[in-house]
Amino acid sequence: MPGGNLIDLRRRVRSVRNIRQITRAMKFVAASKLRRAQERVFSARPYANRMLAVLNSLASRVEPTGHPLLELRDAEKVMLLVVTGDKGLCGAFNSNIIKSAVRFIEKEEVNESLSLTLVGRKGYEWFKKRPWPIKHQYLNIMSRIDFSYAQDIAGNVIRYYSETELDAVYLLYNQFKSVISQEIVLEPLLPIRRLEQVSEQDVLLDYIYEQPPAVIFDNLLPKHVETQIFRAMLESEASEQGARMTAMESATNNAEEMIDKITLHINRVRQASITTEIIEVVSGANAL
Amino acid sequence: MAEKLPNSIQLEIVTPEKQFYCGEVDAVTVPGINGYMGILPGHAPLLSELKIGVITVRKGDDEERFFCSWGFAEILSDQVSVLAEQVEAASEIVRGEAKSDKDKADNLLKSKDPDSDFAAALELWEKSVARLEVSAAEKQ
Repeated sequence: MPGGNLIDLRRRVRSVRNIRQITRAMKFVAASKLRRAQERVFSARPYANRMLAVLNSLASRVEPTGHPLLELRDAEKVMLLVVTGDKGLCGAFNSNIIKSAVRFIEKEEVNESLSLTLVGRKGYEWFKKRPWPIKHQYLNIMSRIDFSYAQDIAGNVIRYYSETELDAVYLLYNQFKSVISQEIVLEPLLPIRRLEQVSEQDVLLDYIYEQPPAVIFDNLLPKHVETQIFRAMLESEASEQGARMTAMESATNNAEEMIDKITLHINRVRQASITTEIIEVVSGANAL
Repeated sequence: MAEKLPNSIQLEIVTPEKQFYCGEVDAVTVPGINGYMGILPGHAPLLSELKIGVITVRKGDDEERFFCSWGFAEILSDQVSVLAEQVEAASEIVRGEAKSDKDKADNLLKSKDPDSDFAAALELWEKSVARLEVSAAEKQ
């Protein structure tokens, strides 16, 4: 415990109390934002799931090799799309995802040909001092995520890919698991890989198609990319708020602990000074 | 008749943002890529892209209209799922805005300016007309 006189200690308690008030307020703000973000994540899921289901059932009907977005090439020019937060004070949220991004870059040994698209200010601030070229950055949009941003990002990525300026695109973001936990996931975005042949039962259902299935399929693929990016942004936002809430909660607890400790120390110091005073008075009286 | 036809359709309209509509209805009209399609219970399975237009939902004597931009619809005999990028109810549409959009698009289309983006102007025109139709139907 630090020494110091009573006035200094009292001042310290007061400042820690102020900090506690701020962290507690931030915790509540994060909690309410988290609830909203969580609702958005859940309400966005049906669309993404349906989209995937239809794509999969179409994939079994059309020859799914013709489309440029499905074309596998040697991954020479790689783009990594990283979704981070715009603000700090959320524990290790941002640094964890940046660390994973760097690990990915080093592991893949794609240093020369790697480019980045960054969503979120924190990632941009870190990477702009690094040697990897940043193709696009989207800053300060996490608090007002809109589908049009996802369309914009997807549009750019798809354009590069079809002009063969890129051979593969990966998406790195925090997936929302629960309020207290989030998981960093790396998903290949392009070429689209996850189309499965559907089960027997679904194949039996023979649709009438207004257009040739291949045409619908081609139109759906870019939309699928948009949806995936949009989902990643929503998941990341919810994770960020969750991480912030947890971080602020533990900061509040730490502040409380500190206040208790210092208060105890103050009391001890005060008691000690009273005791000395009494001893002084008593020994002074005895001396007379 | 091997199977009894269903009496109603379970309609679901979802956008990337949210589930917009979910409920039992008697008939739906959607703006298919080749023109409007009316769907009644017992429709054959069908899959179609949707273009800009108006989705009409009939339930008893009530009719509701929604604006819809690109999307697609999966139709089964007792179930219709519409996935649309943008869906708006009449209450969400600002008439004045739609009108000025239409005027702007009209001018762009009439100007025959080779520099102007014809496709974008046409899209704006289609959207504003569909929006106006939705909000006009609401007023009556």
